[in-house]
Amino acid sequence: MGRHTPLYDLHRSQGARLVDFGGWDMPVQYASQIEEHHAVRRAAGVFDVSHMCVIDLTGARTREFLQFLLANDVGKLKRTGKALYSCMLNETGGVIDDLIVYFFSDRDFRLVVNAGTRDKDLHWIRRHAQDFAIEVRERTDLAMLAVQGPEARQKSASLLSAADRERALDLPAFVGAHVADWFIARTGYTGEDGFEIMLPAQQAEETWLALNACGVVSCGLGARDTLRLEAGMNLYGNDMDESTHPFESGLGWTVALENATRRFIGREALQRVLAAGSARELVGLLLEERGVLRSHQKVLVPGGGTGEVTSGTFSPTLERSIALARIPRGAVARVEVEIRGKLLAARTVKPPFVRAGKALVS
Amino acid sequence: MSQVPADLQYSKSHEWVRKLADGIVEIGITDHAQHALGDLVFVEVPDTGRKLAAGEACAVVESVKAASDVYCPIAGEVTAGNPDLASAPELINQDAFGRGWLLRLRPAGTQSSALLSAAEYEELLRTEVS
Repeated sequence: MGRHTPLYDLHRSQGARLVDFGGWDMPVQYASQIEEHHAVRRAAGVFDVSHMCVIDLTGARTREFLQFLLANDVGKLKRTGKALYSCMLNETGGVIDDLIVYFFSDRDFRLVVNAGTRDKDLHWIRRHAQDFAIEVRERTDLAMLAVQGPEARQKSASLLSAADRERALDLPAFVGAHVADWFIARTGYTGEDGFEIMLPAQQAEETWLALNACGVVSCGLGARDTLRLEAGMNLYGNDMDESTHPFESGLGWTVALENATRRFIGREALQRVLAAGSARELVGLLLEERGVLRSHQKVLVPGGGTGEVTSGTFSPTLERSIALARIPRGAVARVEVEIRGKLLAARTVKPPFVRAGKALVS
Repeated sequence: MSQVPADLQYSKSHEWVRKLADGIVEIGITDHAQHALGDLVFVEVPDTGRKLAAGEACAVVESVKAASDVYCPIAGEVTAGNPDLASAPELINQDAFGRGWLLRLRPAGTQSSALLSAAEYEELLRTEVS
């Protein structure tokens, strides 16, 4: 038996199919994964993401610590509540995890890291935090709900008092705020507008049911995966891990090298990669024939190179198969993918495939 | 509980077999199987004329999440694959025992008795669930 979020009993009562995800028993779908996917693209859905690990960092040197720990630069964070997406690298430039960091004050930041990497992340963070005298506190008292879709913000805000509602709806993209005893951030992992809400665990059930009551559909991790892949967002463990660096994982844009004096873990390794030129790149694939792209399928590039699908699925919005794949660098327009012994034609595209309900590729 | 029509035979790997006229049999996957797989998005059926051994992988059904092989419960020669599944794989979710059939075949030789009755298949589902 895996770990349970505060919503486990509710998921069971709503008929969810539960699967192991990073050591947690999590809902993969309720009635129909495709219907849940469409609910988020067209209206609003809610996901239980309480398995993700929330870590609060406190200390006089917290900003300085994070500028050393993370490949993106928290020096960019000026406004209270502002969020930043970053990789946390090892010394060889491999990705230990990807995470969101929220800026509360120069001495208070919050990290949200993946569930499956919790143990190694905490170990790594604590090890380096010692040198900066940072207090590292895991917030197991919080549940987290992702409410996503074009109607998600309005419907979530309707649960708040009039004054709080206004504050929540005024949040710009990628900014969060403490509103009553919730932390509400305008972030997500679906390519749609919406909120991620961190709230006391004992409020999770009543909040979920209140969202359902105003038409927000319960969604499982299955739909979360098809939504994030359509949005061209990486999944840790599939699309990057400790054996790959950001430049071959479509994450070069998250590495901040501008400030030449900022030392961060992995910087020297990444600069060697840049000097030599990354040998591989992560691209989007659109399958041009019938079938479904899946992770680990072999990709054949014209001229002889090979690569691999890192994430693949059937896109409910595009009604065809899409993927992310790591292939030799060099701007090829077409590749072939080996599926059950057959070679099928695919076209390379620049992700995302879908954003804010609109197909961006055809 | 999934439905299990009494007039069909079943395999332990969740295929069903229906006897048609002229000795032809029709094969599909059960309602229990389609429910376990979730929304189907791609189906590959065998070509007409292909000779299949009992237990051989004869079709592929893919849901959003994963691809699964379908095993031919009896040996024979394929007389038809369901042509509607190419554009509408969801027929299996909607009507697993009817419009969601996968293939028809002419059995080779005498039938083995390895297939389950509806009552035996229901018993199998009960033991799998518990």
